[in-house]
Amino acid sequence: MDLYKSAAHELHEKLIKKEISSVELTENIYKRIDQVDGDVKAYVTLDKENALAQASKVDKMIAAGETIAPLAGIPGAIKDNISTKGLRTTCSSKMLENFVPIYDAHVIQKLRADETIFLGKTNMDEFAMGSTTETSYFPTTHNPWNLERVPGGSSGGSAAAIVAGEAIWALGSDTGGSIRQPASFTGCVGIKPTYGRVSRYGCVAFASSLDQIGPITRDVTDAATVLNTICGVCTMDSTSLNEEVPDFTKALKTDVKGLRIGVPKEYYAAGLDPKVDGVLKKALADYEAMGAEIVDISLPHTEYAVITYYIIAPAEASANLARFDGVRYGYRNMKATSAPEMTTASRTEGFGDEVKRRIMLGTYVLSSGYYDAYYLKAMQVRTLIRQDFENAFEQCDVLLTPTSPVVAYPIDGKMDPLAIYLLDVCTIPVNLAGLPGISIPAGFVDGMPVGMQLIGKVLDEETVLRAAYAFEQSHEYHKVMAPLGGK
Amino acid sequence: MKNYITVVGLEVHAELKTKSKAFCSCSTAFGSEPNTHVCPVCLGMPGALPVLNKQVVEFAIRTGLAVNCEIQKFNKFDRKNYFYPDLSKNYQISQFDKPICLGGHVDIHVDDNPKRIGITRIHMEEDAGKLVHSGATIKTSDSSAVDYNRAGVPLIEIVSEPDMRSAVEARAYLEKLKAILEYIDVSDCKMQEGSIRCDANISVMTEDAKEFGTRAEIKNLNSFRALERAIDYEVERQIELIEDGGHVVQETRTWDDAQGITLSMRSKEEAHDYRYFPEPDLVPVEIDDAWIERVKAALPELPAARKTRLMDEMGLQEYDAENIVATKAMAQYFDDAAKHTDDVKGLANWLLGDVSAYLNNNNIEIDKFPVTPANLGELVTLIKKGVLSSKLAKKVFVEMVKEDKSPKDLVKALGLEQVSDTDALQKMVDETLAENPQSIVDFKAGKDRAVGFLVGQIMKKSRGKANPAMVNEMLLQKLKE
Repeated sequence: MDLYKSAAHELHEKLIKKEISSVELTENIYKRIDQVDGDVKAYVTLDKENALAQASKVDKMIAAGETIAPLAGIPGAIKDNISTKGLRTTCSSKMLENFVPIYDAHVIQKLRADETIFLGKTNMDEFAMGSTTETSYFPTTHNPWNLERVPGGSSGGSAAAIVAGEAIWALGSDTGGSIRQPASFTGCVGIKPTYGRVSRYGCVAFASSLDQIGPITRDVTDAATVLNTICGVCTMDSTSLNEEVPDFTKALKTDVKGLRIGVPKEYYAAGLDPKVDGVLKKALADYEAMGAEIVDISLPHTEYAVITYYIIAPAEASANLARFDGVRYGYRNMKATSAPEMTTASRTEGFGDEVKRRIMLGTYVLSSGYYDAYYLKAMQVRTLIRQDFENAFEQCDVLLTPTSPVVAYPIDGKMDPLAIYLLDVCTIPVNLAGLPGISIPAGFVDGMPVGMQLIGKVLDEETVLRAAYAFEQSHEYHKVMAPLGGK
Repeated sequence: MKNYITVVGLEVHAELKTKSKAFCSCSTAFGSEPNTHVCPVCLGMPGALPVLNKQVVEFAIRTGLAVNCEIQKFNKFDRKNYFYPDLSKNYQISQFDKPICLGGHVDIHVDDNPKRIGITRIHMEEDAGKLVHSGATIKTSDSSAVDYNRAGVPLIEIVSEPDMRSAVEARAYLEKLKAILEYIDVSDCKMQEGSIRCDANISVMTEDAKEFGTRAEIKNLNSFRALERAIDYEVERQIELIEDGGHVVQETRTWDDAQGITLSMRSKEEAHDYRYFPEPDLVPVEIDDAWIERVKAALPELPAARKTRLMDEMGLQEYDAENIVATKAMAQYFDDAAKHTDDVKGLANWLLGDVSAYLNNNNIEIDKFPVTPANLGELVTLIKKGVLSSKLAKKVFVEMVKEDKSPKDLVKALGLEQVSDTDALQKMVDETLAENPQSIVDFKAGKDRAVGFLVGQIMKKSRGKANPAMVNEMLLQKLKE
């Protein structure tokens, strides 16, 4: 039985009806990993022994008639920047190649409490800096729709694992689109919750005011299911929100009658692949046909979002990544003869080019004499971008945009970093404003998946999920398996 | 040589005595095995986040109120970026442009002259860990280890105005500030354990100058004495430099206590660019009026109020009161001992005299003084009642510091009880007069000195135990017969 093709909610039913066992399911996934991961390279580390032990524990619980949580016994993959006690957490960096954390991230604690299964840790751009997984210290992950193309990033490993059948559900993290863009490139579902919905405790910080953990799944129902487990206030994260967490699966309705969908014109501008534009126009027409109301919107400060992001995120990163100095953990140059020399050499050798580029950018914009012109100005523009969204949501309930202006492009590592930065234009403003955003499959262009992004108000994941679910259920894109071709 | 004015401002770091660290729940206990009070947060493990300990804010408010500052309602934290192995995140969580307290003052007394020293600001931050070198210094060591027990312990930094004009004033300010922090119970203030540390900004200017001179910041001042010596040295160095036609450069210097000199650490050009920016992992803290009022209402008695109380209620002189309240422990000792004697003036004399001398000689604070307040009070009472002469009392005191026993018992055990028995004294008076007929002649000839000689003879005879007042009276009576 090809259990790896199933969604978590389907497998949960099978588990509680004892049609399958968790051990059987877990072994099935590992078998699939054995078969395809040589081509896909979604994983950095596998943890088969512990996963099977956990699966066996859940099988015993089911046999004993215990009630199990929706994710109990269902194998998932964890992005390798989320701290897992006793299991190597590398951030796909040479710096942390052999780093084994001493504690679990808050989301991992919650998932463990639900008796879920962790298959292993997935590949990513180094320290989540990148949009392709090409900046990983480990081999680049390949897009299961066309193995010669990138899976997107930075959570490219998690997204590729989902569509290649190498995990049932996965966690990613999203600082400027790192969940949504790979979901778009690989044709799966990825949601970045409202900033503060999910605790960041244990998510290795890239840009603290933007980072957010979220699910990457086969369908919207699974996204809601994973959200149910990982959301909620956390005493270890001051920025986590003390807000009631609804049962997100209750929001999953196919009815969008009267839903006002905003279309911000700035997101359909130059740079948008006309074929991608066509897919989105079709989606809008479908929504309209389902009874939704389409509203033209303007988010006038959109053009400043990317530059604002590339000041704030590197600034925060330059401080966040300062702790990797070779003193307490991580890579250490052993030839240095003094502490400062050791730190400099360890960082020079332990970090890749993209990480170093961003540390330098961040250090520069925070430097004395430049702070006001860059960082302070960027924080002011950030407020304007947030206000754009607040104004927009007075006229609509949810915004519909491309997730990325293009489909997945070839792996060649030759793209100009600035060109890649600019492709994050649709996802970055959502992080700057702290809003929930989802990417779901909306169709195909030349055999490659196209994602559409739905953006909601602060804490209104429910409307986003409802709109996504209605579209998903009236189309079949989420049921098409990636062919693993192209080589 | 022209006349120069010394200008000093101090930056004082005090560790707050919260039970747990500023941003995690690790203990702040001092002196434990290295790296036993650590967790992912204070070790700066990847992914760990700080959460503010509210008690830190409470203590900072209390300090601000005690030194007459304006408490700022809006508070945020900032990251101060610099690389050092004892700084686990390689940034320090601090407050940059929005400190919790602004604009206060501390009143000092130097040579009976009152003076007000301005406080510019107080801000909250976290401490770093500690490097332990295999050799004497980091440069001469083969290896260095890091102890992160102190990493994340809360600190307040209290920045003064450049209001001090001498080393003595600077010392008086630091002593007063330390006393206040002790009184309000926010810091242990143990300089030798580093729970209070001081940097001094020092400059000199000619009397007719309109602007301050260029300042040097002196670090590593770990005792009151080091502070005074460093200022005196640095002032002399700067004046010499100027007199020789040179000029003072703005720089950071370190105090070398062994050599008694300051050494250049880094110039203005080499100064760190700390790249402060708002700490995104912490949310701003709003302090409302109710919170401030609550802290104000619970503020303990401050040194100034206690001094007034000692003068008004106990009748102490200003000098004595000022010195008794100089440390909270001394003031408390005084209050406790005063319950055991009516002679508070005598008690004050003992505390500021023999007791202080003993503490200085043994390099300890009053909290380590071996005599209990009750026993010291009893000793003062024994003197007052005439049971002990002050001379014998000193003998008893020597025994008391060896072993804390009741002075009454010691007097008995040592056979030092004063002889006030009339018959016994009369016998001694009669004997002595009989032995010294010439003195009687001298007295009758108007030589009053003879009385002193005779009293001395009687005291000798009694081995110091005779009640001198009674002897004097009985002798005069006999001589006048």
